[in-house]
Amino acid sequence: MKRIYVNEKWCLGCHLCEYECAYANSGIADMVRALKGKTIHPRVQVDEEGDIHFAVNCRHCTDPICVKSCISGALTKGEDGIVRIDQNKCVGCLTCVLVCPYGAVLPSPEGHAAMKCQLCTDNMMGEPNCVKHCPNGAIVLGERDAL
Amino acid sequence: MKKYQYVIIGGSIAAVAAIEGIRSVDGAGSILVIGEENHIAYGRPLISYYLLGETDLPRMDYRPADFYEKNKVECMLGVRAAAVHPEEKTVELVGGEKVGYEKLLAATGSRPFEPPMSGIERVKERFSFMTMDDMLALERALSPEKRVLIVGAGLIGLKCFEGIAARVKHTAIVDLAPRILPSILDETGAKMVQRVLEAHNAAFYLADSVAHFDEHKATLKSGREVEFDILVTAVGVRPNVELIKEAGGEVSRGIAVDEGGRTTLPDIFAAGDCAESFDITSGTKKILALLPNAYFQGHAAGVNMAGGEETLTNAAPFNSIGFFGTHVMTAGCYEGEAHIDKTQNTYKVLFVKDGVLNGFILVNLPERAGIYTMLLRKRIPLEETDFKALEAAPKWSALPKEMRRDFAREV
Repeated sequence: MKRIYVNEKWCLGCHLCEYECAYANSGIADMVRALKGKTIHPRVQVDEEGDIHFAVNCRHCTDPICVKSCISGALTKGEDGIVRIDQNKCVGCLTCVLVCPYGAVLPSPEGHAAMKCQLCTDNMMGEPNCVKHCPNGAIVLGERDAL
Repeated sequence: MKKYQYVIIGGSIAAVAAIEGIRSVDGAGSILVIGEENHIAYGRPLISYYLLGETDLPRMDYRPADFYEKNKVECMLGVRAAAVHPEEKTVELVGGEKVGYEKLLAATGSRPFEPPMSGIERVKERFSFMTMDDMLALERALSPEKRVLIVGAGLIGLKCFEGIAARVKHTAIVDLAPRILPSILDETGAKMVQRVLEAHNAAFYLADSVAHFDEHKATLKSGREVEFDILVTAVGVRPNVELIKEAGGEVSRGIAVDEGGRTTLPDIFAAGDCAESFDITSGTKKILALLPNAYFQGHAAGVNMAGGEETLTNAAPFNSIGFFGTHVMTAGCYEGEAHIDKTQNTYKVLFVKDGVLNGFILVNLPERAGIYTMLLRKRIPLEETDFKALEAAPKWSALPKEMRRDFAREV
């Protein structure tokens, strides 16, 4: 399956991906209205320390420990390889947050569920918005073997 | 007598995991589940969320409605296994009927431990809090004018409290330990959570126990008296090991299994709350009665039953649990050098032992905690990391370059 990969060498640490993600998942067509004056809760986050920085989002693991650990069966891995969360089934225990080795499953801001990157299959974008708008081509979507 | 390729005794998480494990290797072999509870698998820890109104019965199903049909699994629900006969490879059901197996999984779980308590038979409204039926029975007894006594301030007792707090008059909670959640929290963490629970009308009687029950009154060892209408006992659980023990399998704390879930009996496996794990953080065999661990064990057992190869080599205790919005995450074992950071509403302790992260407590600091769990389970040498940065927050940018490179590639 195609996954998002991040090349640390090219990541500028600009955090644009975080804004693009928050916009993509806002359900609001106008970007200014979606983001202006709001605290964003993106599903991709720039992980940084000193001059090291790179964007992190769900790896859609082949053997996803979040799915195996979910107490409610809200997390599943589809036949398309995408790991999804059913927020209606999720009770917000955050066991997935405790086990994700990448820190890529996040508590939802409203507190009653977890949230994660679903490769923009669950919003109106049609393709991963962080990849599309990364100004330096650091975030790419591709097959593992082709990279 | 009917014969199956795979028979699973127990129908909960480890059983579902085993079905998924079996089917990842063998798409066709017949599978029978013998479940004592009259329900298909549900998220067992969700019973308190049901009482809170945060889920309902349909959403509690652990897998979609067509799971059993799709996986060609036959279910006998509400049926108890009475004995296992390894020499003839059969399971005897209560009533005498027998079913044959090629490979057997004991996923028999655990049951509430009921220590003898003087006068307890006089208490008419008395409940456990382990199963959906326990919970539904308790729910029928709840009403706004009733007073509740919970014996046990562990995970089960306190999640039960969270579920019922708004639906009863008040709740008293008694525990022998001097602090709440003694299995997962230290004194500081326990005090923080206790304050939250007290703000929701819980009265705690710690380092105390019930000496004697009357129908509506408990007299404690300290001499204090607690009046109540409903009693919930949540003092602990015991693994259901009897079927395997009586069949001649090795049992110590729980059913003894190897890393692949094999018991000492041929073609018999065990997984979940009835089986032991090797805890890498304490270096000891113990029962890790935690849902994720039941899944890991069940899946490995299923794969191995079907002739594949899967081992569980990094088992460790870890817990993520919330009470009224205060979130507690813990893992591992609380020995070694403690790195502590406390604020008004948050609390973090990282325990470093032999150069690796061996345990942690995080109160109200859930963000990216899984990076700590990964360091703990993979035994990453902390001297190769920027530990100062990790102490402040879990992050991959504080890890060595080779690990970060793998991170970008590996999945």
